[in-house]
Amino acid sequence: MIGSPLPRLDGTAKVTGTARYAFEHRVADPAYAYPLQATVARGHITAINTSAAQAVDGVLAVITHENAPHLASTEDAELAVLQSTEIAFRGQVIGAVVADTSETARHAAGLVEVSYDPSPHDAVFTPDRDDLYTPDTVNPSFPTDTSQGDVESALKQSPVVVDHVYTTPMTHNNPLEPHTTVACWHDDQLTLYDSTQGVHSTRQSLAKALGLAPERIRVIAPHVGGGFGSKGQAHAHLVLAAMAAQAMPGRAVKLALTRQQMFSLVGYRTPTVQHVRLGAGPDGRLTAISMDVVEQTSRIKEFAEQTAIPARHMYAAPNRRTTHRLAALDVPVPSWMRAPGECPGMFGPEVAMDELANACGMDPVDLRVLNEPDVDPESGKPFSSRNLVACLREGAARFGWADREHAPRTRREHGWWVGTGVAASTYPVHVKPGSSATVRFQPDGRYRIEIGATDIGTGTWTALTQIAADALSVRVDAIDLRIGDTDLPPATVAGGSSGINSWGSAVVDAARAFRDKFGTGPNPGDEAQGTTPGNSAGERFAMRAFGAQFAEVRVHAATGEIRVPRLLGVFAVGRIINPRTARSQFLGGMTMGMSMALHEQSVLDERFGHVVNHDLAEYHIAANADVAGIEAHWVDETDPHVNPLGTKGIGEIGIVGTAAAIANAAHHATGIRVRDLPLTADKFLADARR
Amino acid sequence: MDAEITLHVDGTARHVTVDARTTLLDALRERLGVMAPKKGCDHGQCGSCTVLLNDRRVITCLVLAVAHDGARIVTAEGLAQDDHLHPVQQAFIDHDGFQCGYCTPGQICSAVGMLKEAEAGWPSAVSDLAAAEVRLSPAEIRERMSGNLCRCGAYAGIVAAIQQAAR
Ligand code: FES
Ligand code: FES
Repeated sequence: MIGSPLPRLDGTAKVTGTARYAFEHRVADPAYAYPLQATVARGHITAINTSAAQAVDGVLAVITHENAPHLASTEDAELAVLQSTEIAFRGQVIGAVVADTSETARHAAGLVEVSYDPSPHDAVFTPDRDDLYTPDTVNPSFPTDTSQGDVESALKQSPVVVDHVYTTPMTHNNPLEPHTTVACWHDDQLTLYDSTQGVHSTRQSLAKALGLAPERIRVIAPHVGGGFGSKGQAHAHLVLAAMAAQAMPGRAVKLALTRQQMFSLVGYRTPTVQHVRLGAGPDGRLTAISMDVVEQTSRIKEFAEQTAIPARHMYAAPNRRTTHRLAALDVPVPSWMRAPGECPGMFGPEVAMDELANACGMDPVDLRVLNEPDVDPESGKPFSSRNLVACLREGAARFGWADREHAPRTRREHGWWVGTGVAASTYPVHVKPGSSATVRFQPDGRYRIEIGATDIGTGTWTALTQIAADALSVRVDAIDLRIGDTDLPPATVAGGSSGINSWGSAVVDAARAFRDKFGTGPNPGDEAQGTTPGNSAGERFAMRAFGAQFAEVRVHAATGEIRVPRLLGVFAVGRIINPRTARSQFLGGMTMGMSMALHEQSVLDERFGHVVNHDLAEYHIAANADVAGIEAHWVDETDPHVNPLGTKGIGEIGIVGTAAAIANAAHHATGIRVRDLPLTADKFLADARR
Repeated sequence: MDAEITLHVDGTARHVTVDARTTLLDALRERLGVMAPKKGCDHGQCGSCTVLLNDRRVITCLVLAVAHDGARIVTAEGLAQDDHLHPVQQAFIDHDGFQCGYCTPGQICSAVGMLKEAEAGWPSAVSDLAAAEVRLSPAEIRERMSGNLCRCGAYAGIVAAIQQAAR
């Protein structure tokens, strides 16, 4: 079962549109809530006049700081909804209108009059601000700065030095299903259908904010329309939905954020400025690696993206240094976006490696192979497995890398400059403690597997069924899997590519316990529990997944238009549970990486503190026509140390390194080095005019 | 202002009262409980709300329900008949042309509409205008399907699925 390309078990439901996402659960006679948002970036509300809104036929309630319930905990400032008059960023939730229909709620929301006493705000992100600060740790709890050897002297003595600043812009997750919640208070119980990456973690956050016992809250999410991190943590609208429902006991309240509202309320990837310095001998052997990162966070809640982390693990060099500094601004709260840390943090260094290869006259694949470390450079521990070189070699063979001409700007076809580029990928292996699973033998002869995990498109329904069938040695149709409900045993959030590692290990543990207890001839009702086992191997080994990505890029000589006709990735990620859904994970990550390379940029208007291109017409994501030849492969990798399944996690590594591979290919095509994402046409033209 | 209209949805006549401001998408989802068309943007920018409206692919968040009294609507749910998936739907499963599935009903309705357009000889921006008929190359499919965004990045599978269904 494990390793077979089983088609998705939820496939029929999804292609017929009958899979139920949060907003689609049937509830009788719902009311609709529409959020109100601040129109200043900092200050206080001095007056809020809701009478015109309340007078509209069909309006049931207008909730503001004046009548909102008192929250039990305001420790998480993002969730401290309607607790004061203070405004900390433009777009902050300042209320909601609840009405019989969504049309009425939205119309009435426009009638609420808000007066502000604005204070001067600061939303200017630059790396040379004099108030940058050093966070205690970076996400989730890595050291902020590291240092080994003497980077400055090593750089001074290095015959070859690459010293450049690379930037990645503010970007937004934009899952296609907007963040939505249906909330209902009934007999002192709060039931939520929520678009979330973790039903149990959502319940915990909300229980804390509302001061409720978690048992009084039930969160249900059988299908989730993507998340990419933005649905990994509770955001303000969830508390708002709970408040709106509280105002209407017994009646379900539906709250859907609009696409525009998502640009201020559900997190985003912080912009990063990456000062990368590499020192090397003429042969390309690294002597020093230095990476200093500046990024933004919000004034009310810190999120310190761990952007310099991959530089700590990728290549050998005796002298190393990484730092993170933050600018705390009057802006929306940043958060997780697919591969936080690794995704932006492999842009600067992997482009710098390409620049080093050029400076040394070396092939960029050979340069990476030459600098392969024997042990993890950061900790000195051996890797449990590390197959970056195998990925580079196999990728090079499949891509036809050997035919590449060394010099940039040498191939021109029908008015297009053509080039190829490579970059490495990496992502840590996460196994999160705290998941449990139950196996129960049913009267129908099937095994019911219960675990409060989620499927955000990753294929959890299918993969966990395969894992359970394998562990119990039965056919997949003898498994009746239940996920996406807090009535099921606790499971950790779908994040950090940890889902299958963590939940799958709990399912295996439960299946083993079941067979130990009941053998192969159980009786209906027999059940056993299991949990994600602890793993001490982390003390002995560094555990990471690796990959290599190759891109072919065309840049139009006259217009600067950039296209990516070919993208090929090879990954070393431990054991693959389902090759069909795994390929989709890799291709999906790579496609999002291409999207990051070519298009994505949230433009924050510093004067007002909001994202101006806050919809899908102006915040561009890759469309079908952007993707041409795209392939994902993997090398066989057996790693007995990572967890009982031997999996490393595959949801994020596909986006890591893609943008660097494309930028490197664009340089090879044109001779123009673009160090600031995205790679828009103007950047190739501006340089060409020089 | 409310109006009473009739929509023929997946073969069934449905009478529904709509606000003059109600989009066809909201009429289907919130008033009739027809959830196959999805709301991704509500602004005509993502394609997830695509249905076949009188046999043509239409994004329902951009049309007002009140203007479509009597319309014939087929959603992804209605494309499947008596437990038999439409060939395009089966092809999406075969090629794993989706992950989260949220764009999928729209992709599938769009593909069914697109195949008819191509069969009728409608050109796209990448068509060879001298050719007698449209040959559905991958580039043609990509171009014609670019109104349907997929944030999960399942485009490679989507194109392969549509190629299979077009055969
Ligand atoms: S919801 Fe209609 S196009 Fe996006
Ligand atoms: S499958 Fe998730 S948006 Fe297309």
